Amino acid sequence: MKDNVNYTVGEPIRDTKAPEGPIEDRWDTRRFQAKLVNPANKRKLTVIVVGTGLAGGSAAATLGELGYKVKSFCYQDSPRRAHSIAAQGGINAAKNYRGDGDSVYRLFYDTVKGGDFRARESNVYRLAQVSVNIIDQAVAQGVPFAREYGGLLDTRSFGGAQVSRTFYARGQTGQQLLLGAYSALERQIAAGTVEMHTRHEMLELVVSGGRARGVVVRDMVTGEIETHLADAVVLATGGYGNVFFLSTNAKGCNTTAIWRAHRRGALFANPCFTQIHPTCIPVSGDYQSKLTLMSESLRNDGRVWVPARGGDDRRPADIPEGERDYYLERIYPAFGNLVPRDIASRAAKNVCDEGRGVGPGGLGVYLDFADAIGRLGRDAVEKKYGNLFEMYERITGENPYETPMRIYPAVHYTMGGLWVDYDLQSTIPGLFVIGEANFSDHGANRLGASALMQGLADGYFVLPTTLGDYLAGAGGFGEVDEKAVAEAEITVREKIEKLLCVNGTRTADSYHRELGRLMWDYCGMERTDESLRKALQRIPELREEFWNNVKVPGDGEGLNQALERAGRVADFFDLAELMCIDALHRTESCGGHFRAESQDADGEALRDDEHFAYVAAWEWGPDGPVLHKEDLNYDYVKMTQRSYK
Amino acid sequence: MNLTLKIWRQNGPADRGRMVTYRVEDVSPDMSFLEMLDVLNERLILEGDDPVAFDHDCREGICGMCGMVINGVAHGEQRATTTCQLHMRHFEDGAVVTIEPWRAAPFPVVKDLVVDRSSFDRIIQAGGFISVPAGSAPDAHAIPVPKDDADAAFDAATCIGCGACVAACPNGSASLFTAAKITHLSLLPQGQPERASRAKAMVEQMDAEGFGGCTNTGECTAVCPKGIPLDTIARMNAEFLKASSK
Ligand SMILES: Cc1cc2nc3c(=O)[nH]c(=O)nc-3n(C[C@H](O)[C@H](O)[C@H](O)COP(=O)(O)OP(=O)(O)OC[C@H]3O[C@@H](n4cnc5c(N)ncnc54)[C@H](O)[C@@H]3O)c2cc1C
Ligand code: SF4
Ligand code: FES
Repeated sequence: MKDNVNYTVGEPIRDTKAPEGPIEDRWDTRRFQAKLVNPANKRKLTVIVVGTGLAGGSAAATLGELGYKVKSFCYQDSPRRAHSIAAQGGINAAKNYRGDGDSVYRLFYDTVKGGDFRARESNVYRLAQVSVNIIDQAVAQGVPFAREYGGLLDTRSFGGAQVSRTFYARGQTGQQLLLGAYSALERQIAAGTVEMHTRHEMLELVVSGGRARGVVVRDMVTGEIETHLADAVVLATGGYGNVFFLSTNAKGCNTTAIWRAHRRGALFANPCFTQIHPTCIPVSGDYQSKLTLMSESLRNDGRVWVPARGGDDRRPADIPEGERDYYLERIYPAFGNLVPRDIASRAAKNVCDEGRGVGPGGLGVYLDFADAIGRLGRDAVEKKYGNLFEMYERITGENPYETPMRIYPAVHYTMGGLWVDYDLQSTIPGLFVIGEANFSDHGANRLGASALMQGLADGYFVLPTTLGDYLAGAGGFGEVDEKAVAEAEITVREKIEKLLCVNGTRTADSYHRELGRLMWDYCGMERTDESLRKALQRIPELREEFWNNVKVPGDGEGLNQALERAGRVADFFDLAELMCIDALHRTESCGGHFRAESQDADGEALRDDEHFAYVAAWEWGPDGPVLHKEDLNYDYVKMTQRSYK
Repeated sequence: MNLTLKIWRQNGPADRGRMVTYRVEDVSPDMSFLEMLDVLNERLILEGDDPVAFDHDCREGICGMCGMVINGVAHGEQRATTTCQLHMRHFEDGAVVTIEPWRAAPFPVVKDLVVDRSSFDRIIQAGGFISVPAGSAPDAHAIPVPKDDADAAFDAATCIGCGACVAACPNGSASLFTAAKITHLSLLPQGQPERASRAKAMVEQMDAEGFGGCTNTGECTAVCPKGIPLDTIARMNAEFLKASSK
């Protein structure tokens, strides 16, 4: 326990259930050891899958194919609209179709290193192994990946990788992969193996006899509170970046499902590991509702700069070359504009903090294509980036062929999430967590094009095996305790009633904005002991005010979007607090987590492997969270400090 | 700038619904259309009124969740743009803007501007897939696909399932949506085994849902945010005929 910050240290986590032996053999070993469910029994086993993104969509479809009775839930009006649809850049796979030296081992190595040595070797190795099957599966489903003239698949290099292993479908890779998973899901719905519940929001987990046995959901159209029971529950509910209010996530992305599970006993791992993406369109005003990503691929040809002198408000074209600072090229001559996301983001923040930012509020830097247009011609640039340029112009009203884009970092992805073992099972037996909702594979920093890979690896290939092993012991889980159901339902009803009857003077959105701003300022791109303590003081005050002064219109009886939002904001408050505690306790810098106190002489992140080479898994406790450490061992990839100079 | 909004308000499927007028002031030209509605809703909540319900999620023009008929045009007058990507700089100070939901029998209104598009999912269920269980796929390079075919399939596959084509069509036809999927899959070698059964089942489902027939007015392509071309419908009709004559 440290002064005013309440947490205690509990037992370490000793067993992650990864098999022993050479890393190449572990997944095979696990698959062979996994018990099988006999086909006739599968039909009698019900699995709930919450979420229909790449992770949940692929999982529900595959479990349906295997013959389980699946119930699938999402909050949108169709499973096809999950946030995965928005992914632009691509998906990694160790196919080595180019013969450029890629291999499963290299993808594993890059991902462990990219994660700044805070991910588990066994999990990442499996991810790299399975990556090749994902591409096969997607192509067979009709996903129209980019191809070359010979008819074979095209790839590109992405996020600073030295090999070309990123498969893509123009700027819409997530859309095409999700539509593939969605079509498989719809096939199972038609076949009767999957029962789909759209416009249903999960608000509580039912735990009975120590096992996850169901969920409480709200039918968002009728307002009805329903309980669905099952033999196992899978959460695939995505990331929680919207705790910052402004992020590149879809508006509905939330933490509610995983937070409720956390409250019921699931450990929450590395909550402070968030990824800030360097190339997003800057905020234009107070009404801003979300931020739009401009694909990382733009940094292949765009040059990042700011005026050399602070307060220089000339038009970019009027600033002569000699008075510009191409700061990434200057500071990182080896990687230049292609440094990893965390480094590019922080560098942009630094120049803006120095008063050299451009655009409204000085929170922006230029991404300039003039050189690329001069070198390649406008047509070639248009071929490569045309749709992104159009999107930029639509949003800002500026033409990037003529004037440089303005970009600024924005919250993009959350590496943290519910703790899971090698089988993707949380600390609540029968509760499995897949996709961005878990913490498993990206350590402290996710490399580009690896979230899509992870979501589909989990859903198509890993979960169906490991869940089967769990369920093979089932049939014997017994009846669900009625008291557990009643209690879960009451929690849900009470929260809704409480929100509706405050009838205060501020909207939930206005609290969400304020919370987000606070998180961005104090627990964003740079964190300090002082800023985090400030946040930890302010969050409970603001939460208290929220619960006494929020105004939620209408009732719980029908479609009430303001009520939905208020419920999500309430959970974000609690999560925000845990994120700050986690960030405060981790006094090292690593990946996306930059503690100003822990930097080297050049201002680069300084890891502290001696004290922090562990996963911080937090248990919810009434008197403050309890920290369980899972030590990370690196037997294959040697721990080194990252350097991009 | 200041605007007058005339918004369709309807409490539920059973309610008859009506247009209600709202004034919005100090609208910034850099706001998106949905952000303008957010500002209105924040005010309505504080004034004790019921905020306007509308669907949205990604706000990037890709999830297909948003959709309103703005001044009589699905997704508004700017071409190839979803409602969420429409920005206020395209409106004039003092303008009157009417905002209505998609109107089509197979898209019943849930509330205000929110409609039920589950009929689209059922069209996909009828055959908008390639039957390939996870784990059974051959190596991705086993079947090369000519680049032109892959690109054409991609163009059709970009449909976001928003439903604007239906809302714009005088017949309330879902032909463009259905044709986009049939085209995508029939252009690829992987889609061949189920080609005929798919076209037949999807078209039949489309009819069963109560969508109207296509009379080639082209209103659908004109509003389609992804520019799905009209010739996909000709392809769908040809596929359907071929499948039915088998
Ligand atoms: C703009 C953008 C671009 C990106 N580009 C790339 C890229 O190029 N490559 C890459 O690898 N990654 C990319 N990512 C990251 C990647 O897209 C996501 O991490 C990934 O798609 C998450 O998938 P998921 O299945 O875990 O969750 P999501 O796709 O977020 O799905 C969540 C699902 O859960 C449901 N849900 C959530 N909460 C509830 C609840 N309480 N009740 C019921 N249902 C609920 C939702 O309805 C939805 O169906 C990008 C992310 C963004 C924001
Ligand atoms: S065809 Fe176009 S308008 Fe119709 S649903 Fe698809 S994207 Fe929307
Ligand atoms: S909100 Fe997703 S397309 Fe408009």
